[in-house]
Amino acid sequence: MFKKLLSITLAALMVLSFAAVFTGCGSNNSSSNSSGESSGKSADSLKFGFIYLHDENSTYDNNFLTAAKEACEKMGAEMINKTNIDESDACKEAALDLVDQGCDIIFADSFGHEDFMIEAAKANPDVQFLHATGTKAHTEKLDNFHNAFASIYEGRYLAGVAAGMKINEMIEEGKFTKDEAKMGYVGAHPYAEVKSGYTSFYLGAKSVCPTVTMEVKFTGSWYDETLEKEAANKLISDGCVLISQHADSMGAPTACESAGVPNVSYNGSTVSACPNTFIVSSKINWAPYFEYAIKCVQEGKAIDTDWTGTIATGSVELTEVNEKAAAKGTQEAIDAAKADLESGKINVFDTANFTVKGEALTSYMADVDTDAEFKGDTEVIKDGVFEESKYRSAPYFDVDIDGISVIE
Amino acid sequence: MNKTKNHEPLFHIVKRDSLPVYKSWGIRIIAILAALIVAGVITMLLTGENPINVYLTMFKGAFGTSRRIWSLLQSLAMLLCVALAVTPAFMMRFWNIGAEGQVLIGGLATAACMITLGDKIPNALLIIVMIVASISAAAIWALIPAFFKAKFNTNETLFTLMMNYVAIQLVSYFEKLWENPKGSSNIGIINQATHAGWLPTIGNFDYLLNIIVVLALTVFMYIYLKYSKHGYELTVVGESENTARYIGLNVKKVIMRTMILSGAVCGIAGLLLVGGTNHTITTTTAGGRGFTAIMVSWLAKFNPIYMILTAFLITFLESGAGEISTVFGLNESFSDIITGIIIFFIIGCEFFINYKLHFRSSHKEVK
Repeated sequence: MFKKLLSITLAALMVLSFAAVFTGCGSNNSSSNSSGESSGKSADSLKFGFIYLHDENSTYDNNFLTAAKEACEKMGAEMINKTNIDESDACKEAALDLVDQGCDIIFADSFGHEDFMIEAAKANPDVQFLHATGTKAHTEKLDNFHNAFASIYEGRYLAGVAAGMKINEMIEEGKFTKDEAKMGYVGAHPYAEVKSGYTSFYLGAKSVCPTVTMEVKFTGSWYDETLEKEAANKLISDGCVLISQHADSMGAPTACESAGVPNVSYNGSTVSACPNTFIVSSKINWAPYFEYAIKCVQEGKAIDTDWTGTIATGSVELTEVNEKAAAKGTQEAIDAAKADLESGKINVFDTANFTVKGEALTSYMADVDTDAEFKGDTEVIKDGVFEESKYRSAPYFDVDIDGISVIE
Repeated sequence: MNKTKNHEPLFHIVKRDSLPVYKSWGIRIIAILAALIVAGVITMLLTGENPINVYLTMFKGAFGTSRRIWSLLQSLAMLLCVALAVTPAFMMRFWNIGAEGQVLIGGLATAACMITLGDKIPNALLIIVMIVASISAAAIWALIPAFFKAKFNTNETLFTLMMNYVAIQLVSYFEKLWENPKGSSNIGIINQATHAGWLPTIGNFDYLLNIIVVLALTVFMYIYLKYSKHGYELTVVGESENTARYIGLNVKKVIMRTMILSGAVCGIAGLLLVGGTNHTITTTTAGGRGFTAIMVSWLAKFNPIYMILTAFLITFLESGAGEISTVFGLNESFSDIITGIIIFFIIGCEFFINYKLHFRSSHKEVK
């Protein structure tokens, strides 16, 4: 009896769920089909494929995802996203699969994707391959493989100005003396991109608060929430009064929020998670680059081998200043410094602004070409300025300047 | 006539005699169908997407183009290879959850040969060195916990698990050592220009070699486990160590020998991944296969031929899942939910194959 009852209920359940599935199918089918056709059938529309290392949970990848959406909507290109693609053969497979789907441009966002993109580019000369943060386009000399970056050091400098303002305010409030003013910085790897970033951040802060020093801790990973949080906490316990970071998770910002230490963020605003400590964030807006690439392909023009976005192209941005955490007058100070950067009145890496082991830097051979020898190959100091991102788009400033110390 | 009111539970569980094949497979098929329905309902409730479309997308993601089929076969082969590796250890009731690390060490040895010997010795010789190095490195890596288990009866589960982390740290150390450019901790494709140490491709098919090697391994493992003396011995050790000792088996020897085999096959997986496919090594080269492989092996009841099926199922779910996030803009976590539901049902159905439920008999009413 019980068995019978059970079997009947089970059968009824099955039938019901089947019915639910199929009615759902009937009603949904029409709508999703029509939307699929409208985006897929316009034959002349351009297809843009994107490859991301992680998904929207990473601040780094999320920044690309939003820019991709914005650019493709604006330019009427079709967007295909592939998230969570490892820096391995999976990247090449993803790129080739995007080629199969008819993409005209394919972009990958992570440094380790580069070699696999080059492999895919060699096999598909008619498709344009773009790679952010990479270093090899200018030496590979393929017509269809391109690197891009932005002069984010200018954005970091401006974020540094905001940090300096905050530190000055805290000194005035008597929280610590001007000689105790020490910032902390959570870095991913001791790589030029990170070093260039934290040095410009430091120089920005120093331009407002000359006595400031900075302590850097590397996590050895681009994305590790636990390590980033631990690093931030370590820096805070070392007496750092303000933290910034170049790593992609929410680890450092949330550590700052719980410790009540002001934070200058990266890749975008973290104000929703850190309403009391978030000051401002610098970020690269990739939409101008994507729009530029789409335009080039539409008009049949060549894409720059190395493209460096600037404040002027709208690639280097600062988010809104969080009045609750920032010092008074921060926005004005940022605007003033920004105007000076744009007019060329100040240069971030002006050798007059920093010293190396107590001396001014007059000549530096940077390792611009990525080859087996880690040797400097290009003189990058000209007229007293370290010319960052000029000989290739990815940063190559990797000098250890005075005032910044790295801790283990 | 009823005796005292003994409180009989609503149901109790009884071990089944072995079911006829058609019945056990019937249960499995019903489980998969039920899983699809539940996953479908959940999909609809949570996302409003039509589940049929979602399944079609998964199917297309896995089989849509010939490239995707090749890619699927490649992933299947690599997962199967690691599953084959853990199987003899698991049959021996040696819980080797260190396959992840063993694969990494095999891959690391391969990469080391490619980097340090590339272009210095003839390519054929280099590949032979790579094969020897990767297999022996991984075999030694697996032998360490086996040795301690055999000699001092240490807990192999913890030991092999911790060896994974050591392997990951070793790889990240070498990532720094071989990084290019400086500071990036990124090795990139090794010998990209010269292809030195790249395993040969058969015809135009990048992955064919891997697939053939793993197929051969599958056949070998099937025969080894089922028909060889070694296979018999390790099964006896798994059933009961005392019995094994009683019939005069050298249990320590069997444990160490089996783990060497287990590690060696992991080494082959590392070799194929680094030398044949990725041509680089990162801490994620093993990609969790060391753990997924346990499920593959267990679901197939340690039968290498069934493992092709179970590995296929899991690879299919994974490659289909990626396509879901591309087409529907759903986060990868969503495809994990679907995969989770399906695997839950499949594992759950094994319960109903081995046991049956006796519900409280309702003879009172009947009478």
